[in-house]
Amino acid sequence: MSQFAINLIFVGGSFALYIAIAIWARAGSTKEFYVAGGGVNPVVNGMATAADWMSAASFISMAGLIAAGGYANSTFLMGWTGGYVLLAMLLAPYLRKFGKFTVPDFIGDRFYSTGARLVAVACLIIASVTYVIGQMTGAGVAFSRFLEVSSDMGLIIAAVIVFLYAVMGGMKGITYTQVAQYVVLIIAYTIPAVFISLQLTGNFLPPLGLFAEHTESGMPLLAKLDEVVRELGFRDYTADVDNKLNMVLFTLSLMIGTAGLPHVIIRFFTVPKVADARWSAGWALVFIALLYLTAPAVASMARLNLMNTIYPAGPTADAIQYAERPDWMKTWETTGLIKFDDKNGDGRIQVYNDTPAFAATAAERGWNGNELTVNNDILVLANPEIANLPGWVIGLIAAGGLAAALSTAAGLLLAISSAISHDLIKGSLKPDISEKGELMAARISMGVAIVVATWLGMNPPGFAAQTVALAFGIAAASIFPALMMGIFSKRVNNVGAIAGMLAGLISTCVYIFLYLGWFFIPGTATFANTPDNWLFGGTGYGISPLSFGAVGAMINFAVAFTVSALTAPPPARIQELVESVRFPRGAGQAVDH
Amino acid sequence: MADHDSNAKAYWQANLRLIIISLAIWALVSYGFGILLRPMLAGIPVGGTDLGFWFAQQGSILTFIALIFFYAWRMNKLDKEFGVDEE
Repeated sequence: MSQFAINLIFVGGSFALYIAIAIWARAGSTKEFYVAGGGVNPVVNGMATAADWMSAASFISMAGLIAAGGYANSTFLMGWTGGYVLLAMLLAPYLRKFGKFTVPDFIGDRFYSTGARLVAVACLIIASVTYVIGQMTGAGVAFSRFLEVSSDMGLIIAAVIVFLYAVMGGMKGITYTQVAQYVVLIIAYTIPAVFISLQLTGNFLPPLGLFAEHTESGMPLLAKLDEVVRELGFRDYTADVDNKLNMVLFTLSLMIGTAGLPHVIIRFFTVPKVADARWSAGWALVFIALLYLTAPAVASMARLNLMNTIYPAGPTADAIQYAERPDWMKTWETTGLIKFDDKNGDGRIQVYNDTPAFAATAAERGWNGNELTVNNDILVLANPEIANLPGWVIGLIAAGGLAAALSTAAGLLLAISSAISHDLIKGSLKPDISEKGELMAARISMGVAIVVATWLGMNPPGFAAQTVALAFGIAAASIFPALMMGIFSKRVNNVGAIAGMLAGLISTCVYIFLYLGWFFIPGTATFANTPDNWLFGGTGYGISPLSFGAVGAMINFAVAFTVSALTAPPPARIQELVESVRFPRGAGQAVDH
Repeated sequence: MADHDSNAKAYWQANLRLIIISLAIWALVSYGFGILLRPMLAGIPVGGTDLGFWFAQQGSILTFIALIFFYAWRMNKLDKEFGVDEE
């Protein structure tokens, strides 16, 4: 059977499953549409949250980023998991107790202001729309590589599938398809990793293989990898980082951003009880950790595998002949994600770190520049081929990558459509809308959101990669602090919260735009995006635009507290509301005695 | 009524104390051992590298999971002790 047919069976099979779930789990009420009826088992919700959260970035890009950056990119591992601790302790149980449908719902009620609700809606829509573009383009790439259709055609197929289960089933349909998608993506991610770990270290558990002995050389795997990359002029894989301030702030931004992303928060509205919301956050992290503990192993092993492929006799001996390169390299060359340029004309593929410090060594070896560029994103997708795994594993990877992209896209689309139908239409434009009317409005806004997301996926703005930084920055600097203060402070009032959210939002956007271009328009950046130009750059501890979300969050807190202290405290009924979200037992019993 | 108020206050204080302890550990394993204190842990070898690297790529994630389950278990117990649980 051809590889194309195998891929088609795996992807088609998984899609048929999602559609079957969609037909089974139709939503009949707004409660089912927004929060799946509120009766989802905490373990099931944990699994759905894991799929909701792990996007194309986690599945496809993260291992490649770690492979390229080594220890320095551990930030993604800690940052994208540590946020769940914040969610479990600072947000999820109280927002579940509050018991409404959306994130702006809470901000609007707690800060007794339509203005605050609308600011929250705006932050939510900007963060979620920028995020969904990445998912749609990711799905398009996976389709075009594995199913030999054009990227646009792939996007349309993906959009139709999401439309079917998201519009029909709302949160209910999304929840159960996300569970199925989690199973598909985790199997797809771990199977190749197990094989590669076995091949390199003899240990079948990749997280243990990472710290085990490299069978071939008898050295620890990481020590071997350090040695190989050092010979080629790269930084040691495990080398420490100099600018630790930026590393801390970047990790913190990812953590706070994770906890503040509305599509993740609303998943915790679907469990029956406050106690379940706490357990559910733990289960979500368990399911996420299965991938996140595998990813760093995949990263180091794939990098070592790649170097061994190119330098079969070691990094100081001759590189491989271009004519003798393995088949997977040929396949991926056709996608343009691997590029070879024989700069010294010797017919061999030299890969090294082309820097002035290494120039003398390179000249001595007769090298004339690095000859192979490998896009980080192919690492996970090409892994089964690099490790010579059978064709069905490749089909599984295709289905897994699509599951990761589609599950996150559906969660984001629900967050967007509920903000429009529930917060904009019912919350401020037409408060007397009937239940049936609101459900229809929710379905229509979901449909419109899918069309817009598909269009943006087909015509991605040139800045798709940077916008993810914007999504995290906004969630970290505006949404998370507002929610946290709403629960933990009785003193922060309407004016304080709005001033804080706007200060956090604006300062973060401005800092990002200064270095990445105003509204990401190429050529409009005020400063070049280099470490010495960053804030405090002169000291060697510059703050990168990607790390600014944490600073924006601190600005938000400071402004909100200062403004609130100078204005009137919230009315008594709001203080009672805060009191009631703090105690799991029903609001009436907690305050009314 | 005074009893209820002081009970509620004690419950919330207990929750805050638990959060502060948990977040101190959360920060110690990630920002501490994983990043800032890594040079101090450089002498403790773990599979070809050092303990700081292990915390940055595995240890912190495992600790996060343990922290959430500990918090959930402890809080669900506190809910009952203070009589504020959902029946």
